[in-house]
Amino acid sequence: MNFDLSEEQQMIVDTVAKWVEVQSPVERFRKCREDDRTWDRETWAAMGEYGWLGVCYDEDIGGFGGDFLDAALILEQLGRGLVPEPYIPSVVMGGSLIERLGSDEHQERFLTPMLEGKTSLALAYAERQSRYNLSDCLTSAHAKNGGYVLAGEKTWVLNGHAADQIVVAARTSGDQLDDRGISLFVVDGDAANLTRVEAKGMDGHTTALLRFEGVEVGPDRLLGEVDSGLPHLEWAVDRGAAAACAEGQGCVQELFERTVAYLKQREQFEVPIGSFQALQHRAADMYTETELCRSTMLLAAIQVDSDDPEIRKAEVSAAKAQLTRGGWFVQENAIQLFGGIGVTDEQDEGLYFKRLRVLQGLFGDADHHIARFQALERFDAAVRSEA
Amino acid sequence: MEMDLAPEHVAFREEVLDFLAEMPAEFARKARNAHYFSHAETMEWQRILHAKGWAAPNWPAEHGGTGWDVTRRFIFTEELARANTPELSPFGLVMVGPLLIEFGTDEQKQRFLPKILSGDEVWCQGYSEPNAGSDLASLQLRADKDGSDYILNGQKTWTTNAQYADWIFVLARTSREGRKQEGISFLLADIQNTDGIDVKPFLTTGGTTAFSETWFKDARVPQSNRVGPENGGWSMAKALLGHERTAIGGVSESGGWIQHVKRIALKTPLGKGTLLDDPGFRSRIAALEMRLRAVTMAQNRSLADAQLGRAPGPESSILKIVGTETYQEITELAMDAMGHDALGWKDSPEEVLPDHEKWIASRFNYLRACTIYGGSNEIQRNVIAKRILGLPS
Repeated sequence: MNFDLSEEQQMIVDTVAKWVEVQSPVERFRKCREDDRTWDRETWAAMGEYGWLGVCYDEDIGGFGGDFLDAALILEQLGRGLVPEPYIPSVVMGGSLIERLGSDEHQERFLTPMLEGKTSLALAYAERQSRYNLSDCLTSAHAKNGGYVLAGEKTWVLNGHAADQIVVAARTSGDQLDDRGISLFVVDGDAANLTRVEAKGMDGHTTALLRFEGVEVGPDRLLGEVDSGLPHLEWAVDRGAAAACAEGQGCVQELFERTVAYLKQREQFEVPIGSFQALQHRAADMYTETELCRSTMLLAAIQVDSDDPEIRKAEVSAAKAQLTRGGWFVQENAIQLFGGIGVTDEQDEGLYFKRLRVLQGLFGDADHHIARFQALERFDAAVRSEA
Repeated sequence: MEMDLAPEHVAFREEVLDFLAEMPAEFARKARNAHYFSHAETMEWQRILHAKGWAAPNWPAEHGGTGWDVTRRFIFTEELARANTPELSPFGLVMVGPLLIEFGTDEQKQRFLPKILSGDEVWCQGYSEPNAGSDLASLQLRADKDGSDYILNGQKTWTTNAQYADWIFVLARTSREGRKQEGISFLLADIQNTDGIDVKPFLTTGGTTAFSETWFKDARVPQSNRVGPENGGWSMAKALLGHERTAIGGVSESGGWIQHVKRIALKTPLGKGTLLDDPGFRSRIAALEMRLRAVTMAQNRSLADAQLGRAPGPESSILKIVGTETYQEITELAMDAMGHDALGWKDSPEEVLPDHEKWIASRFNYLRACTIYGGSNEIQRNVIAKRILGLPS
């Protein structure tokens, strides 16, 4: 076992951290959130140029041949600066599915430009009724003229408002809750009969509700095999969850460090408030939760591409539950210890608080991941085999 | 990053598991059912390990230890804890033994080490006093010089195993000058053959004896039984606290307990099925198991650092707090799993309380101590606040 970063990984971390500090401090996010797009095309192109978008993609399609952990390390640093560009929906989710399932032509047309920062992607899977159940899919794709016609609605699509292409989960057979019968399609963001209803979120990021009212796609827009999309969708959403843990780690770390700094600086009763034991113990517990978030995040990032889906699910769920519960402990206490100023928009801590809360709710909350964990075969296989 | 153990460590784990599979049947039954092991059984287990050459994983080979690297030691400890084998008394093997190896005279090493290893002499620790708990340096047990002896007067408490012990190591006050840490010496006293040492065990809430009180009234200890310099005992004590920090949080024990909670749930009827079919209860187990994974990963990061020869990193300091708190929560869940059987006690008849539940209530009670001993969790939080976060006094 060795959990040190490699030299290359340490270099990536240092480079991104420096870039965030100089080029993308929180003030840039504050400007972006005032715009409609809520992220900046030039910055995205620059990230492509630096190679950050292709870090975990194969070299033969323009990537750098790294693994998911490399992307997670970048995301953690982006999280520290609240960088609003659509790394998770585009690089981690939509792009991953195109790489895994797409033909050479798909990769060349949709992936290579994204890796260069010229385009961006999204993944549309959630529906009003589906909550976190990926099998629950009402959006339909009917075969017509050799291609498909999509009808239905997808909600809270990250980067759905701006994506050039959107990977869409739609039902090609079966009933609402069937595992089988879900297929994945690449749909252009400006396709005819697709309406994008923009919705700005609590965290200042824009998302979209997508309404498909007879959107026609050719047979070349099907990703992978028909009716067999669910396991791939589960993997992509797990990647999203692991990525949320990585970006969330940046938020948790910032909130923790900023709070400790404030405890040393803020004086009441003629002493720094950090000298009070009640607050020291709170800070010690925040430290503990921050470290546990880091431990589980690393584990999830390492195992998210495991060949064994049970291992992937176990580690991603453990990390997501820790980000959601342990991370919450850090963020609620950060605001409490800052006092009234922590509830003002001018103070950055509230921005981290909101982004972190959004990441906690995405791709399954703690209850969802606990329920999923206990349903794994490995959960009780050992004791049942004893009996 | 490399998640996996090196091949030689994987092979070593197999070797340990093979050894455990050969455990005497009576030990195996008790271990499988999460029983408490008596002092006599624990010493018997030490003799079994000693015969294998495995009694002292953290001692150098020249003194009869295994000479294992830190990862082998960890694997060994982990597998034994997970299997719920008797926990060997740490006072000789983990505490005073390594201290003697590092700071003892040649005579002291020859006199004490072989019998610590074999278990022929049982040791206990005399640190805490009624008025010196978390503030240990305020201890008052007097050691006054008289000829070639010290004369000891005062009281120690929480002297775990003193009722069985042949020897006790004590921190005693040999000077009242300077800072309170500076007047302390580290002495070894022969409990069985010294007049004026009296031991009274406490019955714990677990219904077993573990800790006791030890009184010293004009008890004579030769000066040659001092370890390290006079008034240098505090640094001895601190060196001791640094030993084997990675194992203190009960993380491996918790792993064994999680399995046992599932075992209880599987054997607990609920309607037409079992408690292990109940999604609500399964989710409670899952939440704790996920938490335990987080702690285990933190522990592995700490272990990987230790294997590379680094001092314990900041992540190791959280292991005591979150490890023991998780451990306790798992024992609480075991009690919940038992339902009405949680009314029972270790001497309830087996037709009322099955063997796999017999000791749960006792151990649940006793393990309230794990957040208190080894430096209470509040003291650990003080340590984090001051040494890691740099918060002001």
